[in-house]
Amino acid sequence: MEHYLIENALSYPILTVLILVPLIGAGVTLFLKSDLMIKAWGLMVTVLTAALSLPLFFNWDFQTPKYQFAQLSEWFPILHLNYVVGVDGISVLLVLLTTFVMPLCILCSWTYIKTRFKEFVLVTLLMETAMIGVFISLNTVLFFVFWEAMLVPMYLLIAIWGGERKDYASIKFFLYTLLGSIFLLVSIVALYVKTGTFFIPELMTHTYSFGFQMWIFLAFTLAFAIKVPMFPFHTWLPAAHVEAPVAGSVILASILLKMGGYGFLRFCLPMAPAATNYCMPYLILFSVISIVVGGYLALGQSDIKKLIAYSSVGHMGFVTLGIFLLSDEGLKGAMMQMINHGVTTGALFILVGIIYERTHSREIADNSALGMLMPAYVTFLVLFSLASFGFPGTNGFVGEFLVLLAVFKTHKVAGAFSIVGAILAAAYMLRLVQKMVWSDSDGHAHHDHGDGHGDSHGGHHALYDLNMREAGTLIFLLCFVFWIGLNPKPLLDVMDVSVTHLLQQVSDGAQIIPTGGEHGGGHHASLMEWGQNIKQFFAFR
Amino acid sequence: MDISNTPSLIFLTTAIPMITSLFLMVSGKRPNVRESWSVIGAILTFLSVLNLLPYILSGVPLEHTFFTIYPGVCVKFRLDGMGLLFAGTSSFLWILAAFYCVGYMRGLDEHAQTRFYACYAISVGGAMGAAFAGNLFTLYLFYEIVSIATYPLVMHHQDKEGYEGGKKYIVYLFFTSKAFLLTGMVLLYMQCNTLDFDATGIVNGILPAGANRTLVTITYLMFLFGFAKSGIMPLHNWLPSAMVAPTPVSALLHAVVVVKVGVFSTARVMLSIFGTQLLSDTGLGIFTAYFVSITIVTASVIALTKTNLKARLAYSTVSQLSYILLGVAMLTPNSVTGGLIHITNHAFSKITLFFCAGCIFVATGKKDIKEMGGLGYRMPFTMVAFALASLSMIGVPPVSGFVTKWYLAIGAMDIHNWIILTILLVSSLLNAGYFVPVVIQAFYGKPLPEDEGLTTSLEKRPLILFMVIPLMITAAFSVIFGFYPDLFIRLVGAVDKGFFGHIINGIAGS
Repeated sequence: MEHYLIENALSYPILTVLILVPLIGAGVTLFLKSDLMIKAWGLMVTVLTAALSLPLFFNWDFQTPKYQFAQLSEWFPILHLNYVVGVDGISVLLVLLTTFVMPLCILCSWTYIKTRFKEFVLVTLLMETAMIGVFISLNTVLFFVFWEAMLVPMYLLIAIWGGERKDYASIKFFLYTLLGSIFLLVSIVALYVKTGTFFIPELMTHTYSFGFQMWIFLAFTLAFAIKVPMFPFHTWLPAAHVEAPVAGSVILASILLKMGGYGFLRFCLPMAPAATNYCMPYLILFSVISIVVGGYLALGQSDIKKLIAYSSVGHMGFVTLGIFLLSDEGLKGAMMQMINHGVTTGALFILVGIIYERTHSREIADNSALGMLMPAYVTFLVLFSLASFGFPGTNGFVGEFLVLLAVFKTHKVAGAFSIVGAILAAAYMLRLVQKMVWSDSDGHAHHDHGDGHGDSHGGHHALYDLNMREAGTLIFLLCFVFWIGLNPKPLLDVMDVSVTHLLQQVSDGAQIIPTGGEHGGGHHASLMEWGQNIKQFFAFR
Repeated sequence: MDISNTPSLIFLTTAIPMITSLFLMVSGKRPNVRESWSVIGAILTFLSVLNLLPYILSGVPLEHTFFTIYPGVCVKFRLDGMGLLFAGTSSFLWILAAFYCVGYMRGLDEHAQTRFYACYAISVGGAMGAAFAGNLFTLYLFYEIVSIATYPLVMHHQDKEGYEGGKKYIVYLFFTSKAFLLTGMVLLYMQCNTLDFDATGIVNGILPAGANRTLVTITYLMFLFGFAKSGIMPLHNWLPSAMVAPTPVSALLHAVVVVKVGVFSTARVMLSIFGTQLLSDTGLGIFTAYFVSITIVTASVIALTKTNLKARLAYSTVSQLSYILLGVAMLTPNSVTGGLIHITNHAFSKITLFFCAGCIFVATGKKDIKEMGGLGYRMPFTMVAFALASLSMIGVPPVSGFVTKWYLAIGAMDIHNWIILTILLVSSLLNAGYFVPVVIQAFYGKPLPEDEGLTTSLEKRPLILFMVIPLMITAAFSVIFGFYPDLFIRLVGAVDKGFFGHIINGIAGS
């Protein structure tokens, strides 16, 4: 096993500590009394986790594709099941994203969450443990345990602190994800039966028959496509986003959606390379549909949160597109896009949370003409919106440019469709900004003279500008927007070797040709033909 | 010459307007302080540009990379004559416009003046960045900054018309930049693995020798239509709509800064990315020349039909911008010189015309040409300036527009193209057709019944003087540049000493 791992050389077991600190923190929360203490404690624990995760970046070995900071200890020897954690260039960035976003989740809920704060901090910290766990597990069982462990806290977040239709949204989220999980479990068991190991790096080295690859590929893909979410499995996302409290939306957008992309990179590509190559045209097709449909649906929304939720579908379409182009730029672009989406969309949801606290409405119409009233808020809104649609110089541009570069190199028609998505992204974000900063085209701001219509959303809420806590949260994220946008090299360097290694795995494994084998040749032949047709259409040769 | 501090020198030209905008925002409560900052920022910007002139004239290359985003994609500034010509023009006119704004905005008691001044400064800063961009990514970055910063200026009045104009503006500009410019950049990077401009000159371009011609053509068209700010038809429609903005915006931004960013970017891409060799080999140069000729004639014809003065000026701008592209697209040393110096010549003349239109509006509230009968006697300085600038537009010697047309005509003859020569003549006639009537109306036209018998001068109020003096200065410069275009021709020549060799030598000899 040492072949795949580089033992943790730091003075403390860093990855294990990262999952234990929030867990212990959650335990301690139970004994705290006052709300303020709980809040402060939650913030402290998450900040501590973030601080503890920093050595991952500063002690990073840029030369190796191996799993670094690894730790291995026996768990169930009888099943050859070990506790094994480690990070490579792909997962380490997502771990850092998680640890850095979580303190912001506590901060942006400071006054947003009004009831049951103890449970809220508890659930959030549990969530953090589970999410970090997913990214660092190098063992399929461990991975699955953490994967499932995320479900319940997230369900609770939506179901307890959610909006009006929280029951519907939380159940929909739960069922969709659970459905995916079942397929995940099936493939994990199948892989174990085939190879006798749960160790992920080892599973990647086995060569499976094409038929087997197809089955596990489809099962994994279904699970991750729901999580990403990819069209047509995206319908749970707007519901969940709209009803979730601000912290829930941020966690969902910034981290949970990344699990899908991460899953593709960790399981589908290296374990079923032949099947990946074979199914690549279909996945490109669905990614492009996600990009266009997500953008199109976002354009028509009158609910700010829904708009951003649909924009996530489009953005994550870029991620899956980048992944399944199976090229260096594509994979790097997809990774960058995942991190950027985490930063930018997280910030946008925080912005929505801030305005919701003041006007108690998520409708664009009720939150229009804020320019004069909340200049600082509006400045942040504009900057993050620009980042969201890939304004040059912001983080959004880097990911978008790399994915577009990859897609135009091999699939020009798909590229043209993704450009449509990029145009739509600019359109819906600019429309949102225009309406929120100034007003509707009739020139009336609703809350300026809302006294007449007597509803509670009318004229009297206090539209005070950002306070220090809110501004601090946003400035922190804004630093990342410009840092990644102007100097993405450190991040690209971190993932470089791992991405090259992954592509090597895929191209090595792609040699297996579908010969029919176990599952009937004719079936494959016709599927193959369809795939080729799609590929040719996109490639425009 | 000390090279060590030079990167910051180029960066200053962009940084000063941006920092000025911060000062403007902070001092929003005190109008006098705010407007002083605006003027000081403009003067400093111009000085920082002027500071770079010795480097150009002595041929010291200056470039600096600030951030690298991906190999070949970076934020990079590079100094060359073409950029300096544009930056110098814009920053000098900003000084005059800063004074003019005081008169206009106070004269009409406009709202949200702080936002206005801040966005104005950012737009100019964006143009400075575009002028000194050392690669396509930097150019794109500043091009987009200009788009964003000018939006609040276009919809300044925040009424239905303003919002509609602003919407059209942003839709045209962002649709084209996302759909065409971004695609073009990606396609270009695919072929060259870099977005850097050709540092050697304007002949070779950066595309590899064996590049696929179809792909090159598609990439070129993407850029031609991607920079919609150049007002090329059929993507010109945002410009007349943007005239809902206050007149200082129309004057500095929609006659100089914004539209010239578009034209400058297109010219830059044609010369520094594709190069004259490739454009003439593929025939894309002459295609572009014919294509913009359509814009030149059509826009002039539309201008004839407009009686709103600003609308007429807007269509005239659309037409005149295409002269610049026409000159570049003919690809001969003479025509490229003519095209590029038209950036300056048109800027000074057209800003004069817009300044006049705004001054008339503030002094009398008139927008329509038919209402302006006899106005020449009440606003003599304004209307004389208008007449001089009109002569420049038409291309009558000795006003600066003549120099442009002279070089363009020589260029057309160099390539033995009678069609383009004819178009230049026809377009000059059309220009005369829509500018001369305005002047005639002002001096010989019958005043409106309610203005009958009024002879008092309208140019004596202090606020009006804030507007009349700048427009007199720009008109004077229009004439001066007609006599002394040497500096600009040398600046253009500095872009590629080999290509423009005989023109520079000719000037040095005379």
